[in-house]
Amino acid sequence: MNKMQNPETLVIANANKMTARKVQVHYGTNHAIKDVDVDILDKTVTAFIGPSGCGKSTFLRCLNRMNDTIPVCRVSGELLLEGENIYDPRVDPVQLRAKVGMVFQKPNPFPKSIYDNVAYGPRIHGLTRNKAELDAIVESCLKKAALWNEVKDRLDSPGTGLSGGQQQRLCIARAIATSPEVLLMDEPCSALDPIATAQVEELIDELRSQFSVVIVTHSMQQAARVSQKTAFFHLGHLVEFGDTGQIFTNPGDPRTESYISGRIG
Amino acid sequence: MTDTATPTPTESLLRPSRLMSRRNAAERRFRLYGITAIAISLLVLAIMLFTILRDGVSAFRQTSVTFPVVLTAEALDPSGSLDAAAMAKVTTIGYGKVIDSSFLAFLQAEGLAVDGLSDKDARAILSKEAAGQLRAQVLAEPALVGQTITMTIWTNARIDGYFKGRVTMESAERDGNVSPEQLQLADLLAENGALSRPFNWQFLTGPDASDQRPEAAGLGISIIGSIFMMIIVALLCVPIGVAASIYLEEFAPKNRWTDLIEVNISNLAAVPSIVYGILGLAVFINFAGFPQSSSLVGALVLTLMTLPTIIIATRSAIRAVPPSIRDAALGIGASKMQTVFHHVLPLAMPGILTGAILGLATALGETAPLLLIGMVAFVDNYPSLSAAGALDPATALPVQVYGWAQRSDPAFIERSSGAIIVLLIFLVIMNAAAILLRRRFERRW
Ligand SMILES: Nc1ncnc2c1ncn2[C@@H]1O[C@H](COP(=O)(O)OP(=O)(O)OP(=O)(O)O)[C@@H](O)[C@H]1O
Ligand SMILES: [Mg+2]
Repeated sequence: MNKMQNPETLVIANANKMTARKVQVHYGTNHAIKDVDVDILDKTVTAFIGPSGCGKSTFLRCLNRMNDTIPVCRVSGELLLEGENIYDPRVDPVQLRAKVGMVFQKPNPFPKSIYDNVAYGPRIHGLTRNKAELDAIVESCLKKAALWNEVKDRLDSPGTGLSGGQQQRLCIARAIATSPEVLLMDEPCSALDPIATAQVEELIDELRSQFSVVIVTHSMQQAARVSQKTAFFHLGHLVEFGDTGQIFTNPGDPRTESYISGRIG
Repeated sequence: MTDTATPTPTESLLRPSRLMSRRNAAERRFRLYGITAIAISLLVLAIMLFTILRDGVSAFRQTSVTFPVVLTAEALDPSGSLDAAAMAKVTTIGYGKVIDSSFLAFLQAEGLAVDGLSDKDARAILSKEAAGQLRAQVLAEPALVGQTITMTIWTNARIDGYFKGRVTMESAERDGNVSPEQLQLADLLAENGALSRPFNWQFLTGPDASDQRPEAAGLGISIIGSIFMMIIVALLCVPIGVAASIYLEEFAPKNRWTDLIEVNISNLAAVPSIVYGILGLAVFINFAGFPQSSSLVGALVLTLMTLPTIIIATRSAIRAVPPSIRDAALGIGASKMQTVFHHVLPLAMPGILTGAILGLATALGETAPLLLIGMVAFVDNYPSLSAAGALDPATALPVQVYGWAQRSDPAFIERSSGAIIVLLIFLVIMNAAAILLRRRFERRW
């Protein structure tokens, strides 16, 4: 128990990166997220768990305003990134998404070359001044995503020609190439085999040194392995939010306990 | 729980169950229907192509007589000055006489004579078009006067029809325009080797001709008109159509206005093309005052007609791009515009191209609206081949087909089918271009 305590006390010291207060999401008449308060800490991995349809993806997509693309979706409440309300009318969601990147559940590489997939973000955001810098970013991101060794000889071949797991790691490389401050991952390992999953988890742990990661997962073990904070959602409510160790060893809510032990969900 | 554990006795897999054989029979029937439908359509297509080729291929060859023509100076340059203005005073009648006398002299020299055939009837087997062509040739090159040149001159359409099987000795008996004796003379000429059937370039390049001279009728002006119209339609339709589709699909809010627009675009695609002709007549000619019969007005009408088709095709191509690609681009901070132009459009390109080419092909074959804006008129002068030529009167290939098919002389039926062949060749070229472009743009995802 004491061994678990140490990293978490470190985490608590970290500053708040994103803050959600009384967030509500409606899809038309469907009230999908109800009164959610969450603090995403800087340089921390936060896991969202909960049964299917409870609103994990919905809430995750609020954090970089990807919900804006769904016409029926309405978000209210307060969502702050470093103290600034991201739903302020003056905020351009495009600029926000450069800071809050996203990896999707289904690997969705562009039908372009592997190189172009990773280089796209830096290019449109003007992060590099010349080809050499771009090459360096592509290489370092592919290395971080544990994909470099597999693709370094065929950077010009299409990203869609990779296996599912490789595609997902390519998408992660693409997302981190824009150097986001927060990285949102919606079930990033659901298409991966255990080895690739382990690689991605290792990668997430490394990424924690640079920015916050929010990961939605259906695997309790994964949440326990990679995250320092865990939020448990149920039917649109945030049931419990706290240190991962505490949630998994000593949940405060009976619903959390029954979900973790496999009785609901 | 225990029930499911004990296996219930099942039927043998080696014998299909009754339900299974019924399902298989239904599947076989459905395949049969499909094959029948395809066979019928292929048969109809084959019959259509066969009749068109049978009737039309001969239009590309024209029966002609080759003989020496003496360009006598007294007849063609009475002043003896070789001065262009003076020579231009000699009309086609003068040249006709030169050709006629040379032809009669040729017949005499070769000993080709038919009993009961007057000189007048003998020289009537030549096309009246020849005089005008010879005149143009001599005026362009006055030095020819006084020389003897070998000319290949068309026979008239009846003699041509005789060698193409359209005219027989029996039909000539009843025909006021040709006599059996003339046909006998043609036979003699053929034996003599003076008759030939060279490729008829004039059919592809020449202007239309009057009812009496089907042998001279050509597609030149309608081909130019059609090409002009296709260029203008493509330049207007594709950018406007694609831009409108992108806006409606990716940017426009979904509300009652856009629903209304959507419904109306679908309706416009179903409006009969002749209605667009009436619209074009009222708006472009009567109101805007654009010149009648010009390919510009034709192209504008065809643009209106083609736009809905292109918009519908482009929208469905854009809609077929997986949303995950848009999410991917937006998720790393691409703007809406970047998402559309960097990712959605390239993926939709093959579909857009197919739609555009289909729309253009329909426009190329469209007749009715062009009739209403006056493109059916008999046009004798080539439109200028610059951009301004779009304002000159022209016709279009399908209109020419329609015009010739209406004329009474059977020689025009041949021309009409020949024009259809040219139209089909255009369509095949356009479709081939579409396939090539598709190949270039097609990507896997
Ligand atoms: N685009 C949408 N339009 C309308 N309703 C939606 C939409 N997306 C999600 N919902 C609804 O919102 C609720 C939450 O869905 P969400 O996708 O966030 O669940 P989830 O927790 O991610 O589930 P899973 O674990 O299966 O991915 C569900 O009731 C769902 O029906
Ligand atoms: Mg989800």
